Amino acid sequence: MRNILGSFVKSAVRHVKGCSEFSSVTTIRHSSSFTYVPDTLSSSDGESTRMNLFQAVNNAMDIALGSDPTAVVFGEDVAFGGVFRCSIGLQEKYGKDRVFNTPLCEQGIAGLGIGLATAGATAIAEIQFADYIFPAFDQLVNEAAKFRYRCGNEFDCGKLTVRTPCGAVGHGALYHSQSPEAYFAHTPGLKIVIPRGPAKAKGLLLSCIRSNDPCIFLEPKILYRSAVEQVPVKDYEIPLGKADVLVEGENVTLLGWGTQVHVLQEVAQLAQDRLNVTCEVIDLVSIQPWDYETIFNSVRKTGRLVIAHEAPLTCGLGAEIAASVQSNCFLHLEAPVQRVTGFDTPFPHVFEPFYLPDKWRCLDAIKRVVEY
Amino acid sequence: MASRILSRVLTLNNFPKQHSKLQTFSNLFSPGHRALSTSTKCFSLEQERPKFPGSKAKWTEKLEFVHSDLYDGIPVYRVMDRSGQVLQADQDPQLPEEMVVKMYKSMTLLNTMDKILYESQRQGRISFYMTNYGEEGTHIGSAAALDPADLVYGQYREAGILMWRGFPLDSFMNQCYGNELDLGKGRQMPVHYGTKELNFVTISSPLGTQLPQAVGAAYAYKRAQNGLCVACYFGEGAASEGDAHAAFNFSATLECPIIFFCRNNGYAISTPTNEQYRGDGIAGRGPAYGISSIRVDGNDVLAVYNVMKAARDTAVRENRPVLVEAMTYRIGHHSTSDDSSAYRSVDEVRFWDSTDHPISRLRNYMALRGWWDEAKEGEWKKQSKTNIMESFARAEKKLKPDWRLLFTDVYEKMTPGLKDQMREMEEHVSKYKDHYPVQNYAKTTTPLE
Repeated sequence: MRNILGSFVKSAVRHVKGCSEFSSVTTIRHSSSFTYVPDTLSSSDGESTRMNLFQAVNNAMDIALGSDPTAVVFGEDVAFGGVFRCSIGLQEKYGKDRVFNTPLCEQGIAGLGIGLATAGATAIAEIQFADYIFPAFDQLVNEAAKFRYRCGNEFDCGKLTVRTPCGAVGHGALYHSQSPEAYFAHTPGLKIVIPRGPAKAKGLLLSCIRSNDPCIFLEPKILYRSAVEQVPVKDYEIPLGKADVLVEGENVTLLGWGTQVHVLQEVAQLAQDRLNVTCEVIDLVSIQPWDYETIFNSVRKTGRLVIAHEAPLTCGLGAEIAASVQSNCFLHLEAPVQRVTGFDTPFPHVFEPFYLPDKWRCLDAIKRVVEY
Repeated sequence: MASRILSRVLTLNNFPKQHSKLQTFSNLFSPGHRALSTSTKCFSLEQERPKFPGSKAKWTEKLEFVHSDLYDGIPVYRVMDRSGQVLQADQDPQLPEEMVVKMYKSMTLLNTMDKILYESQRQGRISFYMTNYGEEGTHIGSAAALDPADLVYGQYREAGILMWRGFPLDSFMNQCYGNELDLGKGRQMPVHYGTKELNFVTISSPLGTQLPQAVGAAYAYKRAQNGLCVACYFGEGAASEGDAHAAFNFSATLECPIIFFCRNNGYAISTPTNEQYRGDGIAGRGPAYGISSIRVDGNDVLAVYNVMKAARDTAVRENRPVLVEAMTYRIGHHSTSDDSSAYRSVDEVRFWDSTDHPISRLRNYMALRGWWDEAKEGEWKKQSKTNIMESFARAEKKLKPDWRLLFTDVYEKMTPGLKDQMREMEEHVSKYKDHYPVQNYAKTTTPLE
C-alpha cells in the first residue's frame, strides 16, 4: 500500500493558498483552501531558519539520529528520502543500517518498531499514508499500547514513534486523505500528536521520539510544502498533552488541530468582521492525552464551543470533547456544543469541496451558537 | 548433474567480481558444460539471461508449473530413537551427565507443575491454564542451546524455557494467581509469564504478533553487536497469521540474528494441520523467504538441542535468520477451556503419550548410561511435587495487588485524566466498600504514578 501518484505532493500544493512559493497559483479547489498562519518565534528560541513542514520533520529526525546512536528510521521508501522527502539525506549521513527501507508491509513495520524499542533502540517508523496504518492496527492497539501495562513494567516499547502523513490534500480521495486519530484515541497507552506547522512539528516530533511512551505522530500532508515559517535551529522539545491558545477571544471557543487550525483562524477573523464576534482559537495539538483543562477554562469563559475536524462526525474526537465539556462546564454553556466535521461517508474524490469542514460551515456554526 | 553445473556457472556469472573463479570452475567441469551448450554458444546464453530485477532465474521454453509435491518433504532430523538409543554416534552431543539430568528435571518439574495447576483450575482456584504435555522436549532442548542472555519471545506454550532458565516456581504460581508478588501485577490471564531478568519477553494473547517484534529486537541486537540472538517461538497455527509472513520476510531482507522456532503439534485448538496449510509444513516456507530451514523431531531433546545450537551459530555469526520446525504432538487439551475429545480420538492421544514422549525418551537415554533409575525417579517425583505444592500454597495465600494498580503503567506516568479516574474510583469504593472485595487486595505503600 503506498502512494499511487508519483507527484502527489507537488500537484497537491498547487491548490493551496498562502504558500509563498506558489501564491501566484490561484486556488482551484475550495476544499483545501486555507491561509497558512505561521507561528511567531520568541527571542528565547534563538537562531532560526526558514523551513516547510517536511524540512522540519527531516530536521527533527536528523537531530534525533545525531543525538542518539540507537535511533533508526525505517519504512517504505524512506531510504531515498521518502515519497514526501521527509527523510531526504538521512541515509547518506547516518548509514544504511540506521535509515533503511522495509518490505511493503505495515504490520511488519509496526511490529519491527515495537521489537526495536523493547530491545532498547529508538525506533522511528514511517507508515506511508495514515490511510494504510490499519494493517498495523493490531500491532499498535493490542501490542504497542498495552506493552508496559500487561507486563507490569518489566518491558516497554516507549521508544517507538510512528510517523504518518494524514488529512485532506485536495484530491486524495478515499485512501490518501484520512484522519484516523479517533481510532487511536480510543486506545489507552498510545500518545497521539498532530502538529499545525513546521516549528511545532520539530519540537513535538523530538518529544515523541524521546518520550517513553509509544507515539503516533500524524503529519498533515497538505502542509508539507505549503506551510513555511521560521523554525529554531536548536534541538528543542515541546511538551506533549498541551493545547495552544492561538487567538484569545470572549464569545466563542473554536477548537481544532492540524490543518483545521488555520481554517479556524480565518474563521475567527470572518466572525469578527461579519458577526462582530470574538473567537478564542485553540489548537488541541495532543489528541491523546488531550489537554482538557485548557479547553474547559476557555469554554467556562466563552460559554460556547465549536469543534472542527476533517474526520467523520460519528465517534470522532469531537464527540469525546463535547461530552467532556458538557459534563464539566454544564453551568457555563450558553449553547449546545457544535461539531463541524467531515460527513459520515468515506472521503470522496470530486466531492471534496462539499465534504470538508471549511470556513463557511464553521462560520455558520458560530452563527448558530451566538444566536442560540 | 549437467544442468546443475550450468546453473551454478550462470549464478556465478551474475557477480562480475567472481569472474576469475568462474573460469576455473567451468574448466573443471567442461564436459557437462559443453554438453548443455551445444545448440547455443555459451556466450550468447549468458547474454540472453533474463534481466528482470525481481529474480536471478534463467529462461526456459518448457511450460511447466512448479508443483508442491515434487519431493518427499523436508526430513525430520533425529538423534535417538524412541527407546533412547542414539542412531548415529557422531550425532550424540555428548552433553555432560549433570546437564542432561538438569534437562530431565526441568521437563518433569514442568510436567508435575502442569498437572497440579491444571487440577487447580478444575477446582476453580485459578481461572485458566494451558499445559505443555508432549512439548517439554522442544522447550528444554532449545533453551539449553541458547545463551541465557539471548532474548526469547514466546507464544504461551513455552513455560519450559523459563523453567530451564531458573524462573522460580513461586513466580509461575504468583502469575497464575495474579497476586501481589506477580511481576505482571495481576493484569494478564494465567500463563502469560514474562521476566526482564531472564530475558523472556512477556507473553500476550494475540497470536503471531511477537514474530515481527522479535525481528525488531534482533535488528537492535545486531546493531548493538552484543553477540546475542533472539529466539521466537510460535505454533503452526500462528504461522498462518499475516505477522508470520511479515516477520520471515523482514528478517531475511534486514539480515537479523533470529531463530524462528515453530512448534508443529498437529492442532490449532480443534483445527488439524490439513486445514491450516497445504504446503510442506512450516519449514517448507523458509527457503521461499531466503531463510535456512530445518525440521526436527520435537520429542527428541538431543536433536532439538543440536539443531538449536547450529541455528544459533548461524544466526549470531552470519546475522541471518534460521527457521526450525519441531514436529511434536499436543498431548493435552488446548487449554482448560477446551475438551479435545470433541475433535480427535483418545487412541491417537494415547499413542503419543505412551509411545513417543520426550520425557520417557530422555529417561531411556539416561538409563542406558546409568545416570537415572527407579529410585532416583521416585525421589525426584516426590521432591518436585512437594516443592510445587508448597509454592502453590504460598501463592494462594497472598493478597491480590493494590487494586489501584489497574491505573498505573498505562503510560510511563499516569496522565491527568487517569489520575482523575483513579480518584473517582477511590471515592466510590470508600462509599460502597461492602460491594467490592477490598479485603482481598493489598494496600501499596509506594506512591502511584
